[in-house]
Formats: sequence, C-alpha cells, structure tokens
Amino acid sequence: MAEAKETKQVGIVLVSHSKEVADSVAQLAAGLAGVPDAPVAGAGGRPDGGLGTSEELIVEAARQVDQGAGVALLVDLGSAVLTVKALLADGDELPEPAQLVDAPLIEGSVAAVVTAAGGGDLAAVAAGAEEAYTYRKV
Amino acid sequence: MSGKVTNDAGGSGEGGEGTSELDAAFFARWMTATADAVAREADRLTELDSAIGDADHGENMRRGFEAARAELGEEIPATPGAVLMTVGRKLVSTVGGASGPLYGTLLRRTGKALGSGERVSREELAGALSAGVEAVAQLGGAAAGDKTMLDALFPAVEAMTDSGGKDFEAARAAAERGAEETVPLQARKGRASYLGERSVGHQDPGATSAALLMAALAAADTAQGAGPGDSGGSE
Repeated sequence: MAEAKETKQVGIVLVSHSKEVADSVAQLAAGLAGVPDAPVAGAGGRPDGGLGTSEELIVEAARQVDQGAGVALLVDLGSAVLTVKALLADGDELPEPAQLVDAPLIEGSVAAVVTAAGGGDLAAVAAGAEEAYTYRKV
Repeated sequence: MSGKVTNDAGGSGEGGEGTSELDAAFFARWMTATADAVAREADRLTELDSAIGDADHGENMRRGFEAARAELGEEIPATPGAVLMTVGRKLVSTVGGASGPLYGTLLRRTGKALGSGERVSREELAGALSAGVEAVAQLGGAAAGDKTMLDALFPAVEAMTDSGGKDFEAARAAAERGAEETVPLQARKGRASYLGERSVGHQDPGATSAALLMAALAAADTAQGAGPGDSGGSE
C-alpha cells in the first residue's frame, strides 16, 4: 500500500483507551483533512475489546501506517502515554523513526494528517499537531 | 537466550538464605509468588483503586501476572535477567492499564541491568532493582511522596542496598511501610491526581501491589532457604 504513493508520507497512529474513539478519530481526521486514504490508524483499547491500552495494537497500527517516513503517535491519557513512552524507551518493535507527539488527540490528529498529506516530515507533523494546543475556542 | 534450566542450576539453596547467589529458577519462583499474591489480593487492590482510581488495578495485575505465570510454566528462560525481561514484556502486552508499562519497565530494566549471567549475587540484584525503579520514576515522571508505587519501591530498594542486598525481609517490610504511608498523601500522578485533596486518606493501589512484589521476593527467598533442590512454583 505504501508503494502506491509517489512520496512517502509520515504515518499517524492514534492511541486511545477506547477502540471506538481511536478508530473514529482516525476516520474524522482523514475526513476533515480531506485525505480519505491518509496513512492514519487507530490503536484503541485492549485486544479483547475492553478499555485500556495495548502495546500489541499500537505496534500493529504503526507498522500498518509506516511508509518509511516515520510514524507520529498521538495519545489520549494515562496508560496510553506510558505505554507509548515505554515502547519508545525499551522496545525495538516500532518503525524508525517514531515519535510520541504532545498534542490534543482530536485537534492534533487533524493537524497531523493535513501536515503529513502536504508532505511534511515527522518533525513538521509533530509541530503541526502540537500547535493545536494553541487554538483557543473562546 | 532461552534454554531450559537444567537440574544442577536448580539447587541454589546450598548457601542458605541471605548469602547464596540467585539463579533463573529463583527468579521464576519470585515471579510465580508475585502472581500468587496478586491473585490473592486482587479484590483488595481493586477496592483500593475504586476509592481513588478506576477500579481495575486488581483485575489488570491479575491478568498480567497470570499470563506471565503461564509463559514461565512453558519454559523458564535460562538467566535471571531473561526471566525478568520475559515477564516484563508479558505485563506490558497484557495488563492494559498504566501498571503494564510501569511494572513492565521495572522488570525489563531490572532484568537488563542483571546482564546475561546464569547466576547473580544479591548485591547485583539490589543494584539492578535500583536501576529498574529509577526507570519507572523517569517513565512516569513521579517522585517520592507523589502517592505512587515508587513510595513502596524507593524504601525497599534502599533497605536492600543498605544490607548489601542480603536482607530481602527488610525490603519487604520497608515496602509495606511505604505503602501504608501513602494513606495521608495527596496524589500528584495518575488518575488519582484528578481527585486532588480527596485522594488523601486512601492507600495507593500501586504502592500496595509494589509491596506484594517485594513480599514475594522475600517469600521466594525463604522457600529457597527451606528446601534445597526445591523447584519452587506454588501452583
């Protein structure tokens, strides 16, 4: 699937305690960004479907979206943050380079998909997502 | 890095409690004893977690350590370091909550620090455990007094180090005391921190399970001193 693209895009993984949240936000981000085939995937909940975080699902999603330009991981909270940090610190299972992005999950994922689709590299995708923290609503 | 433990590696009780070197069978016994303790105390852990968390600590820990027990039941890795790294990896992949990466990091880093020797000294274990606990502090960004598992682990490692690694019983007692002393603390990390002052007056579930881990270490040591050739593993 990666070879269909002329240029390699940064892959984006959305980690949430809930499978529904992760998958829906992935769909939402691709939809709002206007990039239906964006390399973005959800990694939500535990493999048995319960609420939680799964290293296995995160690694699986990261490999799925990896086109060789790196993978940005956006997370919700708590164990999602810790699991990704532990993976980055100890594991060799994530594609290289992979980066935990400090961003709000929904707003950040839209910015990340837009930046990645525009050809931004991993640093640009991370910066774009992080900037989403500054969009005030009132 | 994974071969069967041979029979002659199993008889590590000859030096008696407090002095002998530790082999893979001992570490497997420690992990199995932890699984026993977690299974026994799961309801209590969940009860503590329902007061200041999301009421899943007991079930999460039980799921993780039962998976680890099953893995060790199939084959015990050849070295102490490999035993801990195997269990740590299993916890990260099966626990599903924050305890997974935290306990996983604790055991993986401790295991890594133990190196690849078939036996390790108690002093080496104390040093490795200290490195593991430090990695947990770094991962969670927590410090002593934040009402976390570190409040049991820091004093336990200190007690062990002070005794040159010999006194597992002192480590157990220090961890238990540390866990009890989390009651008046206000949580500054994790989900309990959302409660602010309302987290005061409850014992921290993570510190409580960390105390179980240290109690299992002391229990595995006692079992080792008691029966030479004892293959351990309370099923």
